[in-house]
Amino acid sequence: MDLYPLFNSLRIAAIAAVFVFFVGIAAAYYIAKTPRVIKGILDVLFTLPLVLPPTVVGYLLLLLLGPKRAIGSFFLDHFNVRLTMQWWSAVFAVIVVVFPLMYRTARGAFERFDEDLADAGRTLGLSNTHIFWRIRLPYCKQGIIAGVVLSFARALGEYGATSMIAGYTPGKTATVSTAVYQLWRTGNDALAFKWVLINIAISAVVLLAVNLLERPQRRRY
Amino acid sequence: MLQVDIEKRLDRFTLQSKFECDNDTLALFGASGSGKSMTLKCIAGIEKPDKGVIQLNGRVLFDSEKRIDLPPQKRRVGYLFQDYALFPNMSVKGNIRAGMRRLSKAERALKLEELLTQFHLKGLENRRPDTLSGGEKQRVALARIFAAEPEVLLLDEPFSSLDTLLKLQLIPYIRDIISEFGGESILVSHDIEEIRQLCPAIIPIASGVTESAKDTETYYNELKEQFDDLK
Repeated sequence: MDLYPLFNSLRIAAIAAVFVFFVGIAAAYYIAKTPRVIKGILDVLFTLPLVLPPTVVGYLLLLLLGPKRAIGSFFLDHFNVRLTMQWWSAVFAVIVVVFPLMYRTARGAFERFDEDLADAGRTLGLSNTHIFWRIRLPYCKQGIIAGVVLSFARALGEYGATSMIAGYTPGKTATVSTAVYQLWRTGNDALAFKWVLINIAISAVVLLAVNLLERPQRRRY
Repeated sequence: MLQVDIEKRLDRFTLQSKFECDNDTLALFGASGSGKSMTLKCIAGIEKPDKGVIQLNGRVLFDSEKRIDLPPQKRRVGYLFQDYALFPNMSVKGNIRAGMRRLSKAERALKLEELLTQFHLKGLENRRPDTLSGGEKQRVALARIFAAEPEVLLLDEPFSSLDTLLKLQLIPYIRDIISEFGGESILVSHDIEEIRQLCPAIIPIASGVTESAKDTETYYNELKEQFDDLK
């Protein structure tokens, strides 16, 4: 059994999770400081991929990154790099689909933060950067870790946008979810079933991890 | 010497806070929502007044006309929060050290020992805030404030989250700390008995407007007479 799809899915999900961790946290943090109208618009924009069908996300991404489209043709002309149909093309798709999960959980965690703690830190002479990394993030740790794990899990299973932007090339762009579809379509039921089991196992483990993380800790503070 | 003369529009009224405090302990007395805490937050730089001037020992902390607005980090104001605002992810030691950013490493160790002794926190160094009693939390918060060597103490309802017995024990303790500190201290409270035991001077505040400073006992007797008349 060729395990390439598993390896490929894991690296795509890992890269996307790391990216989404930083950008999602930054977005969640800075959106709280924007004026109400802009906040409303940005919030809808950031959350939209969560409710859009992944195929719509894939379509929109192809509009930008396709070889004949604005960004796609720029990279093709100047760097001779094709942005679609590479294993890492799926990273774009996965990032967009998964971003709302990280953003939403991080925002929820930040909203529960006790601002007195930040104010106390500032009167004590701590820099805002120090307060963010050493007080705010640790306080919101549980929610943020849960967000990353959830994003990683969702990233592993992404199919719609991935299949549109990266396609299915065995040994190149194949992922677990695209492999399941292709194997089933070509009548290779036995192998498809193995991948289904692998998929279920990974997802179950990740969800278990999320539940353990979200279990309320003793905090009477 | 702390001089405050500020205005700030709030939802229900416009805060007009004007008073001076010179090496003394002053109480801001009023009902909850009367603008007491907001005044303290403006002095600390956590909130920004619409206009006015705040000066501390000749330093301008805030001046709307000269567009001066020092960040809280540079004001050297010791702010005791109502719920103490201890950092839950740090030990007692970590909380106190957080106030010592300006000191060198050697100085920090020395200062930490000094503060742990002064605030009777020996043996609690490695405990987390959520395992401490109300009184212990308050002592940690005070030690942390003094670690940062403030020029003025702002005490925001320091006893409101403590039960009566503990409060009675802690009042003399806080009085000693304030007098040892020697600088200006401002106590915000809605409890006149508390103020009588801690502050010789009182500034009543209602709907965001401060009255002139009064002798606490004189004011207390006036209040009592008013209530006696009602009976």
